[in-house]
Amino acid sequence: MKTTTLKTAAVIFAGALCAHAVSPGEVQKAIAAIKAVGPEGEGNAKASDAWLTLSKGGDDMLIPLLTAMNGASPMAANWLRGAVHTVADKGINSGHGLPTGAIEEWLRDTRNDPRARRLAYDLIKQVQPQRAEWLIKGMLNDPSVELRRDAVRNVLNDAKARSSTKLYQKALDHARDVDQIQTAVAELRKAGKTVDVPKQFGFLMDWQVVGPFDNAEKEGFARKYAPESKVNLKTAYDGKKDKVKWEAFTSEDQYGMVDINTVYGMEKGVTAYAFTEYEAKEARKAELRLGSKNAWKIWVNGKFIFGRDEYHRGMRIDQYRLPIQLQKGKNTILVKLCQDEQEKPWTKEWQFQLRVSDATGAAILAQNRKPTPAAALKPKPRKKR
Amino acid sequence: MKTRSTLALSLALSLSIQADNWTQFRGLDGASVSGDKLPTKLDKKNISWSVDLPGRGLSSPIVYGNKVFLSAASGPDQRRLHVICLNADTGKQIWERQFWATGRTMTHPKTCVAAPTPVCDGERVYVLYSSNDLICLDHDGNVKWLRGLTLDYPNASNSLGMSSSPIVIGDTLVVQVENDSESFAAGINVQTGVNRWKLDRPKAANWTSPTVAKSDGKYVAILQSSKGIHALNPRSGEEVWYFGGGASTIPSSTFAGDGVLYVPANGITALKPGSKTKDVKELWVSGQLKPGTSSPVVMGQNIFTVNSIGVLTCGDINGGKRLWQIRMKGKKFSATPVAAGGFLYAVNEEGLVQVIDVKGEEGEVISTLDLGETVLGTPSVARNSLFIRSDGRVWKIGS
Repeated sequence: MKTTTLKTAAVIFAGALCAHAVSPGEVQKAIAAIKAVGPEGEGNAKASDAWLTLSKGGDDMLIPLLTAMNGASPMAANWLRGAVHTVADKGINSGHGLPTGAIEEWLRDTRNDPRARRLAYDLIKQVQPQRAEWLIKGMLNDPSVELRRDAVRNVLNDAKARSSTKLYQKALDHARDVDQIQTAVAELRKAGKTVDVPKQFGFLMDWQVVGPFDNAEKEGFARKYAPESKVNLKTAYDGKKDKVKWEAFTSEDQYGMVDINTVYGMEKGVTAYAFTEYEAKEARKAELRLGSKNAWKIWVNGKFIFGRDEYHRGMRIDQYRLPIQLQKGKNTILVKLCQDEQEKPWTKEWQFQLRVSDATGAAILAQNRKPTPAAALKPKPRKKR
Repeated sequence: MKTRSTLALSLALSLSIQADNWTQFRGLDGASVSGDKLPTKLDKKNISWSVDLPGRGLSSPIVYGNKVFLSAASGPDQRRLHVICLNADTGKQIWERQFWATGRTMTHPKTCVAAPTPVCDGERVYVLYSSNDLICLDHDGNVKWLRGLTLDYPNASNSLGMSSSPIVIGDTLVVQVENDSESFAAGINVQTGVNRWKLDRPKAANWTSPTVAKSDGKYVAILQSSKGIHALNPRSGEEVWYFGGGASTIPSSTFAGDGVLYVPANGITALKPGSKTKDVKELWVSGQLKPGTSSPVVMGQNIFTVNSIGVLTCGDINGGKRLWQIRMKGKKFSATPVAAGGFLYAVNEEGLVQVIDVKGEEGEVISTLDLGETVLGTPSVARNSLFIRSDGRVWKIGS
């Protein structure tokens, strides 16, 4: 970490020495001001002055600006991105061009921020499109999802042109975006291949569910029912009408849909809980990726992660990305899923889909994952999700 | 703290400075009416220029002086946000800035992330996206400040997409971010991007845009929702008056030159604002004038509404009586028409621009121009020209 910091500082100073009318000290100070922006516009005034300082720089400022994106908050990264465009435009419009050699070297260092690397790639593409196309060929396994996407796109194009199952499989092995995975899967299935889609995505298929509890007038969302205090799979609870107890549920949907209606019938004004245990190979950062059109809350290892009380406005895979910390060994995941009382045709669904992935979207499979149910391996008519 | 007189001056400046420009959704004070002279016989020759855009959008272009500002979003999840500045005479790009979306970008397929129309004053351009990213640039593309409203307020989003367009009143930017989960409105300092005020709003999806109106000689921000109309002091956020009974959550209210607020509620409800709630007068209600997605337009003594299947209805602003109806060409309409010189300019979802002469006893479509692309965004008018955008292109149509 210390070496990286020193290296970053050295790059900043080196760039600043060449920048027009901006001293290394000014650059460092300006970047610090931008990185200090906080919530609700905090630090905006200082960042605005700092931004003007940085944008005065010549194209040698580009590497320091890109490097500054490492570890920057999403807001700070956007401030820096704006400066990159401004500085780059000056170089291009003046006919001076861009320092593509230095940018490419920076791009090749995969320790740099993935999104900033995509930005660096775009700068190269702007002035040397053929070079950019050549570079992308080597990025099929890149940590930047955006760079990887373009590389996978090329493989998919080749696969189509050559009707190559092997290339479709290669695309599937490297794809992270849902649309590209679905394209590859469809072609592989056409060719008679079996594709384990739930495993590819890492959807959690095996759950214990309990309910229904009351959610009349949507009040159940805020109400703390017993499973939120402690999950005991052998306990029965007072439900909306009767005693309710945990039941095993295994999704047979290729996209891991946990359809609560199939357990309790088409109930309205209700809530349910779904619980699963996830054995992690190692302690690590991960993401829970959720899709649902019902109101929901999620806890991991008893810690509340996030909740949202929106009903029937739409659903898709990876609709919500929730950063979590997995502990080595057993982790518990509890989902609360609320159904409202609307009676319109599009308000019937009471379901969610959840997967565990890394930041690029690659599945992180649990050690205790069971084989995918046979029904989930068979393609079903596509539903709008 | 500004004095009242200074505030009044800044309000007057910010509104008068817009006179020759089209600075926000529905243009001058959000009334959709222009004093420009537009062509009434449309032909391909009227297309001064058209320019490809780098991403999707249904926000309107806005025009200030010789610059056209647009928003767009690109990428598989529309996570790349674009602000584009074009030369109004030539269409040539002057600058483009890109940012990453920090909020959710999921929308219904029909709409998109670049749905809210930007707004500008004499110094800055303010661009809001469905992801609740709020970007402030000066007219040369320099970043003045940024906000990520979903980072600040994590449940402020709508999985169908957001579309409310912000407005500037004096030195305050008013944003309305309403949805089922975390609804609010805020008055934001245009210089720093920091909240002057923030109010909880009804927890319900709402796609309407705030409107500027005058109450008892003072400018107020009109916030419309399923609960009704709230008129706020734009600088403090304090309620000036409230009119209950509910209102539409898609078409927005129009404050016309006659000092009346035309609210899409029970068809159209005409309100005469007052200095307090008890002073607000309901002038009339007409269920015959119900709009679809587009907002009402007032020109002269007439009010015009368009329903979703292209029926144009003309009413009398003195009483709300329906005067005539015609069916325009095409079956789907989303955009609000604009009015200039006794003519309405409407564009249907298939991209057919229509000139409607509304000066006679009944409206008549007198000319059309097929742009050949889906158009959902409301046209803008400036420099005696229409500016219209699709998902992939913007056109300037002039004499």
